[in-house]
Amino acid sequence: MSTAAAPNYELIQQDGLETNLLEVSMGPHHPSTHGVFRMDVKLDGETVVDLRPVFGYLHRNHEKLAENMSYLSSMPFTDRLDYFNSMTNNWAYALAAEKLIEVEVPERAEYLRVIMAELTRLVNHVSLVGFFINDLGALGTPLLYAFREREKILDLFEQASGARMMCNYFRFGGLRNDVPEGWLERAAKVVDHFPSFLDEYEQLLCENEIILSRTQGVGNLPRELAISAGVTGPMLRASGVAYDLRKVDQYGIYDRFKFRVPYTDGDTGDCYDRFMIRMLEMRESIEILKQALAGIPEGEIMGNAPRVFKPKPAESYGRIEGPKGELGFYLIADGTPKPYRYRVRPPSLINLTVLRDMCLGGKIADAVIILGSIDIVLGEVDR
Amino acid sequence: MRILGGGIFKGMAVTLRNFVGSYINKKERLPTNDYSWRADGALPQSIGDYPKEKGEQLSDTTTVTEYSRNFPMLLHDGGEPMDTVRCVACQICERECPPQCIYIEKDYDENGKYIKRPAVFDIDVSVCMSCQICVEVCPFDAIVMNSQFELSTPDRFGGLLVRRDDLLKSNDYYHKIHPEEAAARDQKMAVEKAAKEAKKKAAAEKAKAAAEKKAAEAAKEEAK
Repeated sequence: MSTAAAPNYELIQQDGLETNLLEVSMGPHHPSTHGVFRMDVKLDGETVVDLRPVFGYLHRNHEKLAENMSYLSSMPFTDRLDYFNSMTNNWAYALAAEKLIEVEVPERAEYLRVIMAELTRLVNHVSLVGFFINDLGALGTPLLYAFREREKILDLFEQASGARMMCNYFRFGGLRNDVPEGWLERAAKVVDHFPSFLDEYEQLLCENEIILSRTQGVGNLPRELAISAGVTGPMLRASGVAYDLRKVDQYGIYDRFKFRVPYTDGDTGDCYDRFMIRMLEMRESIEILKQALAGIPEGEIMGNAPRVFKPKPAESYGRIEGPKGELGFYLIADGTPKPYRYRVRPPSLINLTVLRDMCLGGKIADAVIILGSIDIVLGEVDR
Repeated sequence: MRILGGGIFKGMAVTLRNFVGSYINKKERLPTNDYSWRADGALPQSIGDYPKEKGEQLSDTTTVTEYSRNFPMLLHDGGEPMDTVRCVACQICERECPPQCIYIEKDYDENGKYIKRPAVFDIDVSVCMSCQICVEVCPFDAIVMNSQFELSTPDRFGGLLVRRDDLLKSNDYYHKIHPEEAAARDQKMAVEKAAKEAKKKAAAEKAKAAAEKKAAEAAKEEAK
């Protein structure tokens, strides 16, 4: 454990007074903890010497619930895991179940899945950056700019699926319904407009001296630790590992699109790296979106998959590159309409495991930023 | 060389541009209150004096999109609701409902014979999560999503438990709130009905042919 040298307490180290470590319970209602998350922090002055994450306040028994209902019925519950990214959650679960029942997904549905997933990535990253800056103390402006853009994409989701956030749009073998008429043009309009917003956003944030001084060199995550802790997603790429499931697995039709995977070339990643990786990833998402919107064919959106089915005893693991990292669903079928085992690999939870290592030796105010840069959603951590 | 504080001034320029731009450059900024995707292109100007009369629903006329969904409703084909209700109380939706918010009892006549309609059909909208699974599993196209959202009530328990008679809505109402979806559903039902009738007809013809053959054979026997 690395701890910084204890600061000098000249004022209180007088005769008859002694200094102790101070134990502070941050959360679960602290606004910086992104929900109901608690950090038991031991402080020496302002320096963090120990940190214990406490979670489970939002536990909803997701896995056991899914083991007691049919495969289709747990699809809407996956929306509520990471409620910012319901579309990608749906996709990961659909992939796992499609492996069990072996259905083909029609071409148009595959394209729409990519479009929805990349729009979701934009939504997640743009609001994460807003919240992250909000944690730094920039209350309002960057977050509200981000939410203004996010709302345009949520409007698209609502027109396609009927709900802004709890979309419940993917089905085994396709999608629930085709997008309404004119939707693709509206999506193209939003996508074309997005880069100009990103330019503005980068100008607003990326060179700001306050942000630079508060994030650079804070919350260092070495590459070895990131790999051995199982960290995935933008956080892993910020630590210098070029690993993206869209390139590695090429699930869906990601092999057809030309895009780059941004990563840092250092051995370690700090909060600023993690922030910048997300800004760069949004640019690449826009590239994918443009290609997908240009290439989308007409046709069916649903393969001939049964609504309720009894898969043969087998197991399957479906994983995707979610906006937060590798999101996986592990299913064991036992020949009944319900899964025997249903397990979620939540990127938020696994990325959170390195929180203590990143915070030790830093200041208490930095712990808030480091937590913000991990990008957790408590719905997914606690399930 | 960079000037200390230059990044902050750059950011300030962005906020200033946004502030001024929100007044002069409305078109290019793609505002969030852009309703160009709606058929009529904009929110009605008369929205100020809403609700004009008791029971009027904003959802019927303004912000609701084709696929919007709030809570389920039961469809009937017009006339006396319970005579033409499509639901046969098969209880598939009750079984498949993820949060288990539907409760159904079958209806029986005085002789204890099952008549194909629900005696009790309750949906607890405080539990319902608007997921639309019930709509997808229903084999009779009897349950669809309503877009009515003004459901606030001072009664926490009774007021949020919607009973059968409040759930019943006519197919015309469904056409009004979700025109494309309703038309597609009607077409699908017509195709299914035609296929069923063709099958029935084929079966009847087969039975008729078999009967004729049997009769002919019987006549042959007699003739012997």
